[in-house]
Amino acid sequence: MSKLTPILSRHWAEPNSWSLTTYEADGGYAGLKKAVKSTPADIIQAVRDSGLRGRGGAGFPTGMKWGFLPAPDGGHRYLVVNADESEPGTCKDIPLMMASPHMLIEGAIITAYAIDAERAFIYLRGETVHVYRRLLGAVEEAKKAGYLGTNILGTGYDLEIIVHAGAGAYICGEESALLDSLEGRRGQPRLKPPYPAVEGLYSRPTVINNVETIASVPGIISEGAAWFAAMGTERSKGHVLYSLSGHVERPGQYEGPLGMTLRELLDMSGGVRKGHTLKFWTPGGSSTPLFTEKQLDVPLDYEAVEAAGSMLGTRALQIFDETTCVVRAVARWTEFYKHESCGKCTPCREGTFWLSQIYERLESGEGTEADIEQLLDTSRSILGRSFCALGDAATMTISSSIALFRDEYMAHVTGHGCPMNPRATALFAVPAKKKGARA
Amino acid sequence: MTTTAGAKGDAGLVPTITATIDGVEVSVPAGTLIIRAAEQIGVEIPRFCDHPALEPAAACRQCLVEVATPDSEGELRAMPKPQTSCSLELTAGMVVKTHETSEVAQRAQEGVMELLLINHPLDCPVCDKGGECPLQNQAMSHGNAESRFVDVKRTYEKPLALTTEILLDRERCILCQRCTRFSEQIPGDPFIELQERGPQSQIGLLDVDVLNFEGFAPTGLATEDESGRPFSSYFAGNTIQICPVGALTSAAYRFRSRPFDLVSSPSIAEHDSSGSAIRIDHRRGEVVRRLAIRDPAVNEDWITDKDRFAFAWQSLDDRLARPFVRDEAGALVEASWPEALERAAAGLAKAADGKRAKGVGVLPGGRVTLEDAYAYGKFARAVLGTNDVDARWRATSDEEHSFLVSSVAGTGIGVRFADLERASAVLMVGFEPEDEGGVVFLRLRKSRGAQAVFSVAPFLSPGAAKLGATLVPAVPGAEGSALASLPQDVVAALKGSGAVIILGERVASARGGYSEALKLTETTGARIAWIPRRAGERGAVEAGALPGVLPGGASSGSASSRSALARMWGLEDLPSARGRGVADILEAAGSGHLGALVLGGVSLDDMPASAEAAIKKTPFVVSLEVRRSGVTDLADVVLPVAPPSEKAGTFVNWEGRLREFEAAFDTGAVSDYRVLDMLARAMGVDLGIPTVDAVRAELAAIPIDDAARASRPSIAAPTAKPHRAAGEAVLASWHLLVDGGVLQDGEPHLAGTARVPVARVSPATAATLGSAGIVRVSGAVRGSITLPMVATEGMVDGVVWLPTNSPGTNVARMLGVWPGASVTVKGIDA
Repeated sequence: MSKLTPILSRHWAEPNSWSLTTYEADGGYAGLKKAVKSTPADIIQAVRDSGLRGRGGAGFPTGMKWGFLPAPDGGHRYLVVNADESEPGTCKDIPLMMASPHMLIEGAIITAYAIDAERAFIYLRGETVHVYRRLLGAVEEAKKAGYLGTNILGTGYDLEIIVHAGAGAYICGEESALLDSLEGRRGQPRLKPPYPAVEGLYSRPTVINNVETIASVPGIISEGAAWFAAMGTERSKGHVLYSLSGHVERPGQYEGPLGMTLRELLDMSGGVRKGHTLKFWTPGGSSTPLFTEKQLDVPLDYEAVEAAGSMLGTRALQIFDETTCVVRAVARWTEFYKHESCGKCTPCREGTFWLSQIYERLESGEGTEADIEQLLDTSRSILGRSFCALGDAATMTISSSIALFRDEYMAHVTGHGCPMNPRATALFAVPAKKKGARA
Repeated sequence: MTTTAGAKGDAGLVPTITATIDGVEVSVPAGTLIIRAAEQIGVEIPRFCDHPALEPAAACRQCLVEVATPDSEGELRAMPKPQTSCSLELTAGMVVKTHETSEVAQRAQEGVMELLLINHPLDCPVCDKGGECPLQNQAMSHGNAESRFVDVKRTYEKPLALTTEILLDRERCILCQRCTRFSEQIPGDPFIELQERGPQSQIGLLDVDVLNFEGFAPTGLATEDESGRPFSSYFAGNTIQICPVGALTSAAYRFRSRPFDLVSSPSIAEHDSSGSAIRIDHRRGEVVRRLAIRDPAVNEDWITDKDRFAFAWQSLDDRLARPFVRDEAGALVEASWPEALERAAAGLAKAADGKRAKGVGVLPGGRVTLEDAYAYGKFARAVLGTNDVDARWRATSDEEHSFLVSSVAGTGIGVRFADLERASAVLMVGFEPEDEGGVVFLRLRKSRGAQAVFSVAPFLSPGAAKLGATLVPAVPGAEGSALASLPQDVVAALKGSGAVIILGERVASARGGYSEALKLTETTGARIAWIPRRAGERGAVEAGALPGVLPGGASSGSASSRSALARMWGLEDLPSARGRGVADILEAAGSGHLGALVLGGVSLDDMPASAEAAIKKTPFVVSLEVRRSGVTDLADVVLPVAPPSEKAGTFVNWEGRLREFEAAFDTGAVSDYRVLDMLARAMGVDLGIPTVDAVRAELAAIPIDDAARASRPSIAAPTAKPHRAAGEAVLASWHLLVDGGVLQDGEPHLAGTARVPVARVSPATAATLGSAGIVRVSGAVRGSITLPMVATEGMVDGVVWLPTNSPGTNVARMLGVWPGASVTVKGIDA
């Protein structure tokens, strides 16, 4: 039985958890103080040894990514923190930055020091104005405390952090589209190569990492790579935030080592909504193929989830009980992908347009059996054909939901509409054992 | 075969790699894209966003292929997803399978094609592109016959006017971004951009309605013209041609024709001295549109909007179909060819021969073909016995004449387009690349960042700014002095490899300009490119349609050259007098010392009003013209000639390259050489040039004698600054590319894309002219020009710039002066 390990989330419950005082009281910025005494190469090696992998979904080894930067040539190098968390179900970075912005700032300073960047950017989802204010405040506090600005902690190293509020586009979470957007252009993914490590922001070497990745760095430095690597499974090391949402008794962030199972997490969170049973769930947000109760004991690490046919993604565990119409759920996600497609490539732009119209017909009872095949075939025309991974993502729940719940799709065709009561899925509609309440 | 993106210039330095495509081994220069390498073995991978002249976008995803590459152990590893062959370079040992051999690739391409078509309207039967449409063609060759899409297609209000000339039907657009990438990458005029996202993505102008912006105005170099009005581009028409669907159409051609009903004839554009290759599409003897023809050595894939759209002038209602002669009452009346030729012959003979004869001047104008220019020169010398022939119809100088006959005539191809692109430094003198250069501007812009560009001018024009040029400030007329005292860094740059000095036609008004430029070639090693504005000027120089120079470049003062040519022409001798230029001829005419004038395609708008007075005063005037004009109205005999579409000929472009073209169609109209040949016969002389082949045969036989060339000009540039009184300024002026020229008549859609005329002054000069923002400029004659005033940063003080011939601002006619002259400026209250 795994245990929760509050590390990133350890201050969240404290009063004024976002303030520098609270953060420092619990050893905050110890990692930075230790980092500036070692060489950048040592820091990169420590991160490499820790086994930290990107927490934004792809799971790329972080130390290796930093190592891709070419040798300094005297020109600018940048660190960009991807804080454009926008995927349905994914809700870990926003609470982290809200409750403990200094952990991200400290991680960003250590990372920038390690890659020799004198400027770092935090590209934040613009709608979260609260978080924007917290980050701006934290940057100011860190500057006043001498952690940021010129001659940081007497090392002669200068760094400025710029918090940038995005304009609300899912595509800008794709790293190269994020860079275009940060440069003031239309957010569309870039052709690779060149990769950001070689030609990133303003065509200069750039490291882009997710918020949670960067926030994990101070712990690795202060506690040591071995401490970090002791957590998790063989190839998926360290602590992560599991975001439970949906039909679960106590939704929220659960921080533990990689490799926990949903069964464990459901036990900790009070289980599926009382009186209901698990129908399906997403291991990593709306961009990952669906799981059912059969995968309750799959260790949530990169390898095991992939072996089970899905992707760990952002560990956004959305729980759906038996009241949920899978067609309806996937239709909503498909709407999302249609709305958020950047429009650059044909498969994603036109494919999501078509898919969402088919779902509309299925839901309104005008669908046919051929439509179900069309959903699969159109998904095949998108998967692996689109410019970036967002097109692929749009097809994941479609093909997996048809594989798992084809009968339910068919029921929409034969029954000329949705056979389920949509209100039953809502928390407020749960019958409170009162007479006359509708199920 | 198309050029490869990576392999520029010195192909010898690029290593060759070998790979396999569809089982066929192919060797290409490293850096070649898969899609181009496949073309070499005859496999055409379908594509939409790909264009050889644009950077890869990989947006349409139509060109997906399967790719496997050898890993470090040499073991072949298949890439997990199909790859876009338009963006991936072929590497050694790569194994590519296209739709020809791979089911995955074929399925992927069919899938993309189906998705492209779900939102594309089925309006091919009424679409301009139908029949020549890449989407239509490739849907037939690579798509499925039936659509499975039964839902609602995307629709938009149609059409959206991007400019007065270009209309956009958004529902046809497949969002390949060729047009937006063209506008950004090629001319640098980002007048259109992608807007919205996802299925609502659309091309548009910055449209506050679409973008939901309020109170937000665009800013930037190319988004506004001098008046603050949005400026699109001088090259926007190219987007229509590269659009792979019928989304972009031209207002002039829209719904006019089906491509398969048109006859296409290759030709050469008549609007500037670049000699751009064009395709004339015509139907029943009328031009309906013109397109660019790819010519890697000259215009590459592009032409100016003027070359593309300005052709209506050739078939307007004022076209002259038959000759006219002046009757006894003084009215011009239609006449038969024999009658008109007889009248013209009698009048010219009277002026040319006999004791009291005052002589004849021949002014063919700067738009003649090489063959016509030769005919005018031969007609003047062999029939009229004079060297008074000059094709220049603009400001000229003796120094320019010396430069042309010593350094241009008979020198063959000198600096080429490719040399402009490779030059490490370019110094532009009296030359505005965008307005006066057309595709020269695009060639220079191709090298932006890799090339030092300097502009000797009173201010940095928008076109020069787009080239990243540095201003070498010069008062108009004093460019020679500026060249004599160039900053050291400019001189040093001109010593770089392949450096070029571009001299425009306006250097003629700069004393010492040519002499100083020639000196610079000696001190720096830079080469000179003379880039006149008009299409026929270089040909006229080569063909001897200049005073004092014989065809081939020999001086008419050289007795041996004269007698060699006379022998060829079957004459005893040729006139030996130096001959007069256009200014002297007109002055003689104006003072009653000229017996007759033979005028070609010249417009009264291009010269001060004194030219009109001189023509009026000339006893006998013969005009060879396409359309009725101010000149034909003054003529005694009007002989109709063919416009370029209806005749064969050759334009010699500024490089010295012969650009031959045939008649696109035959209307019975004849070229100037044929009319002059008939006229000579009527005067009892056989010119021997009744056909274009006969002219070309004679031209080919012209002896070139370098020893007989005139000497180079050596005129010192003035050092003292002329005194300028208060309220006076020096006039600067040049023709905007799209302006009030007669060759743009009849095309209102093009006219709508012109820059709005303004007067430019420096901020300091503006401050002396009051705050109303309007300035009145007066010149030597009574007229004046009143325009909105634009204070231009970095402009030389005491100079006022006006467009030469834009609607309502004809500098020559209204002010009666040339650039460099002193004019009176006065701020006026609104």
